[in-house]
Amino acid sequence: MTETQLNGSSGPGPVPAQRGGTTRAADLAAKLTDRAREIIARYPADRSRSALLPLLHLVQSEEGYVSPAGIEFCAQMLGLNKAQVGAVASFYTMYKRRPTGDWLVSVCTNTMCNVLGGQQVYDALSEHLGIGHEETTPDGKITLEHAECLAACDYGPVMTVNYDFFDQVDPDTAVALVNELRAGNRPKPSRGGRLCTLKEISVQLAGFPDPRPEAVADGVPGEPTLRGLRLAQQHGISVAGFDPNTPITASGSGAPAAEAAGAAANTPASDRKPAGDAAKPQEQALKEAK
Amino acid sequence: MSTTPRRETLEKLTPVLTKRWLSPDAWRIDVYEQLDGYAALRKALAVHPDDLIQLIKDSGLRGRGGAGFPTGLKWGFIPQNDGRPHYLVVNADEGEPGTCKDLPLMTHDPHSLVEGVIIAAYAIRANRAFIYIRGEAVHAARRLRNAVQEAYRAGYLGRNILGSGFDLDLVVHSGAGAYICGEETALLDSLEGFRGQPRLRPPFPATHGLYASPTVVNNVGTIASVPYIVLGGAAWWKSMGTEKSSGPMIYSLSGRIVHPGQYECSMGITLRELIELAGGMQPGHNLRFWTPGGSSTPMLTADHLDVPLDFEGVAAAGSILGTTATQIFSDQDCPVYATYRWLEFYHHESCGKCTPCREGNYWMVRTYRRILAGQGTYEDLDTLLDTCDNILGRSFCGLGDGATSSVTSSLKYFKQDYLDYIEGRKPPKLSEKTLVGAH
Repeated sequence: MTETQLNGSSGPGPVPAQRGGTTRAADLAAKLTDRAREIIARYPADRSRSALLPLLHLVQSEEGYVSPAGIEFCAQMLGLNKAQVGAVASFYTMYKRRPTGDWLVSVCTNTMCNVLGGQQVYDALSEHLGIGHEETTPDGKITLEHAECLAACDYGPVMTVNYDFFDQVDPDTAVALVNELRAGNRPKPSRGGRLCTLKEISVQLAGFPDPRPEAVADGVPGEPTLRGLRLAQQHGISVAGFDPNTPITASGSGAPAAEAAGAAANTPASDRKPAGDAAKPQEQALKEAK
Repeated sequence: MSTTPRRETLEKLTPVLTKRWLSPDAWRIDVYEQLDGYAALRKALAVHPDDLIQLIKDSGLRGRGGAGFPTGLKWGFIPQNDGRPHYLVVNADEGEPGTCKDLPLMTHDPHSLVEGVIIAAYAIRANRAFIYIRGEAVHAARRLRNAVQEAYRAGYLGRNILGSGFDLDLVVHSGAGAYICGEETALLDSLEGFRGQPRLRPPFPATHGLYASPTVVNNVGTIASVPYIVLGGAAWWKSMGTEKSSGPMIYSLSGRIVHPGQYECSMGITLRELIELAGGMQPGHNLRFWTPGGSSTPMLTADHLDVPLDFEGVAAAGSILGTTATQIFSDQDCPVYATYRWLEFYHHESCGKCTPCREGNYWMVRTYRRILAGQGTYEDLDTLLDTCDNILGRSFCGLGDGATSSVTSSLKYFKQDYLDYIEGRKPPKLSEKTLVGAH
């Protein structure tokens, strides 16, 4: 594959010279083969294909996105062809197909964060940075995206920078945050570990531990996480009767009611549907809406 | 503005799985060990694996990932003495809109999951286990990988664990941003290095799961419950919850309440009581609609404040307990717009394998945009229901089914809101520019 072909498929928009668009698979192999072998060794010997997702994270840690050369490298490591790897890489949102900024800024605009103000946060950032969804600032620093639920609804509206959380943001705090990033600072996330670049976090996504012990220690739980516990603590509530030395009895009585109810609610698929029947309440909701 | 809950409501709180979150360093193995940590493992390794399966059956534990399948029954499906490798896979791909309980658990108490994995793997005779964690959950993964390393060093993982002769390897495997991988067979395909698309069932994972071998797939909360049941016993576990839905459950409250957050309560608590625990509704907000367990569960209304939030109670009210992601919306929120945003999600996350889900969600999003831009027609409502009829029960997996929940339930309870947009009584919520391709 020529360099022109590699560049040609890296998508529209300017490609800054330092970003790996011309890196060949051989260069990647020289840098990444040892780590790639470590990843492959995690899985059963005849099941090396399981290493594909972490390997794609690994090539992203070198190039900032999954380039055609990165795909070629994964294919070589696993004995697959490039189409097989490309089909997987293009399926998953976190594998970026174009050069991506050092800071991937994701704003949750799914329903809960959205109604709490997440859409305004996204719109303000988009206007301030002059870029839209999955676009990168001309200096190559920041890529913006609107994200679906980030699993922190009790802190909504939330945004993440390279997947570490900033909680209860509003347009002003969000703009101030990206300004700090552009100024070369690394603002501290609300709960997670201290920030690292997209390339650095991709190493962790490939399954390697964070080399910064202090980052593992970061992140005291926020008040929403502890809210129920604090209430229980304040009012002296605990679960009675807990004895860690309770013997494990060989012939228990079973829990027939729970077992029957749970099995009945998850009946095996009938002929109508390949992967399990719809739940009855969903059928009922449709019927009653008509 | 926050009100103090009544004593009888406070007594519904059952801090069990969440309890160690109050100890900020519980993620470190030495602190975890001081807080009953790895005591359950020692106890479990001293009994026969079949006794552990029976213990979990006795506890009545049902899966915490949404479906509520009996955990002991699932473990019992694994064929024994079949000469094939067995696998335990933890579904930590938390992503159902509204759901936010597994991430704090893995971040603040990762060893409880690791300990649960070792006990469960011993029970089903698996020598390899995987935790498939959502890619975006980077801090939880940081803590979890650290916990796994610590557990190896302490001899809780690896060869001949605590001299028992039992071997286990545990790998934390990060996903890459596909909600569909929370569906267990899609997760297995993804873990095998393919696109995450659901498989035809049967055969079920119990006989043909990971690498076509017997596999148990359990949610984070399910596996993290195991050490507590081993320590406290089945009878103690059943002292919480109801006969058919035993134990504590982490209810994740978000939205228009004074104190959103995680509330671990006895199963069967009601929304009225949960709102009371959360300090009431925010000033100026009255409850209008809510999801009992994430966006894939039909929404309920203020008429359902006293429904017991256990598997049976919610089903009887016409919805699903799901992940107990209780998203609370008020009279200042629009059920039509909420549904539209959820549909954007299902459209984006549809894996594309089956036509009803891939095409149905694409077109429903466009129909909603038209309605919300003030250009909807009465026929649009029929089209939506017709589309749901073609998705529900005809899509390959539960993602498609789940997409219809908010559409049908919002039309059932809030048809007037749709008509208000169509008949021009409500100002458009979306502008013309969003309408490209809607007609």
